[in-house]
Amino acid sequence: MNWKRKDLLGLEELSRQEIEFILDTAKSFKEVSTRPVKKVPALRGKTIVNLFFEPSTRTKTSFELAAKRLSADVLNFEVSTSSVSKGETIVDTARNIEAMKVDCFIVRHSVSGAPLIISNAVKSAVINAGDGCHEHPTQALLDLFTVREVFGKISGLKIAIIGDIFHSRVARSNIWGFTKLGAKVTVCGPPTLMPRGIEKIGVSVCYSIKEAVSKADIVYLLRLQKERQQENFFPSQAEYRNYFGFDTKKFDLTKKKFVIMHPGPMNRGLEISTDAAEKENSLILQQVTNGIAVRMAVLYLTVRQVH
Amino acid sequence: MENRILSANEIKKILNKLADQIIREMGSNIAVIGIKRRGAILAERIKKILDKKTKRNIECGSIDITLYRDDFSAIGPGPVVSGSELMFEIDDKKIVLVDDVLYTGRTIRAAMDQIIDYGRPKMIKLFVLVDRTNCRELPIQPDYAGIKMIVGKKQIVEVRLKEIDKKEEVVVTDIK
Repeated sequence: MNWKRKDLLGLEELSRQEIEFILDTAKSFKEVSTRPVKKVPALRGKTIVNLFFEPSTRTKTSFELAAKRLSADVLNFEVSTSSVSKGETIVDTARNIEAMKVDCFIVRHSVSGAPLIISNAVKSAVINAGDGCHEHPTQALLDLFTVREVFGKISGLKIAIIGDIFHSRVARSNIWGFTKLGAKVTVCGPPTLMPRGIEKIGVSVCYSIKEAVSKADIVYLLRLQKERQQENFFPSQAEYRNYFGFDTKKFDLTKKKFVIMHPGPMNRGLEISTDAAEKENSLILQQVTNGIAVRMAVLYLTVRQVH
Repeated sequence: MENRILSANEIKKILNKLADQIIREMGSNIAVIGIKRRGAILAERIKKILDKKTKRNIECGSIDITLYRDDFSAIGPGPVVSGSELMFEIDDKKIVLVDDVLYTGRTIRAAMDQIIDYGRPKMIKLFVLVDRTNCRELPIQPDYAGIKMIVGKKQIVEVRLKEIDKKEEVVVTDIK
């Protein structure tokens, strides 16, 4: 397969072959991080800009390390100290940075579609690092990579994605990714946080965590995004925990073979109990490790396409 | 037009002869590293010969130099990155670096850069099955060469190994 895209905006527009190509490429990049010198010269001389309009530690750090391990230079654009606070539009911001001859933008924004708007305005590569409630493609790619590493395959597996589906870009990207690669996806959460008509994109809906978990090979717990709950989608956090929180009292982790995943940062004691996060079924730190390899692969493939 | 330069039997003889020379000249503490893909296969074969002759288990690994290429900006179909397998400490080792054909020398430059990222070997010696002596672009010469020949720029040397190509031979053909 030949990779042709300079942007990665979402998994919805990618084919199964393209997703598998990224995962295959990432496999060889994983080895680089185990070397004494954790660096290859593949993107030497390239400049990559972290353009984050929303706070993020993990994703930003992960992209920065990925870029540095490919020998690229990284510019971290802090929105609080930038001209955005003076009223500049995102397109102008991106064009001004591009005028300083950069090669790639990694964009996070609270508005769905912001990376697309930027990609239409610049010649550099644009990678979506999470936009509104739309997509977070590299998170889903690292989840797919981790599942493939553990199970040796994705096709035929059953994954239950549990939590605030409505606001979750992680859920959306994972739904596209896992269904395209042949897994069976069930989404589970409070009815108020379930997007209407979501069955139409090929998932089953379930409102009981017990039922969702009982059939699953992978239990994927979403972070309850407290910052997006101003509209009272559920009565209280305690009630949410009682009905949709994952804990070892509800589920005997020694009995059934399933793995637990979480995109981080975890709200311990809310969507996941502390002891469940520490169990050997938990792939949470493995996900973080694989994030570097997957992002190296994405940067390597897209930045190559910039003329 | 296809011109056969080496037969399966001749390849075998060359590997045996050069393995003797390696043992004589390099002594102990040897490790073999092949450049993917055909260099890695030749490295594996040399390792087996050295194992037999020295009654030791010689370390052997392979590297993929894609990420170290110097023609990154040349836009084209991206080569698939296949990964490197170097599972041993290379510090103070005497490395035999193996490739099938030595042409411009750029692959070897990339391979040496990569090896040095893994540690500090005592020395690196270069082993190639075919040395195209007239096309070098960098000051790199082989220490062990199966056959040295002058081949025009319009021709290619194809090393075919049974593990990948089902056949075992070295041929010179015109670029199509």
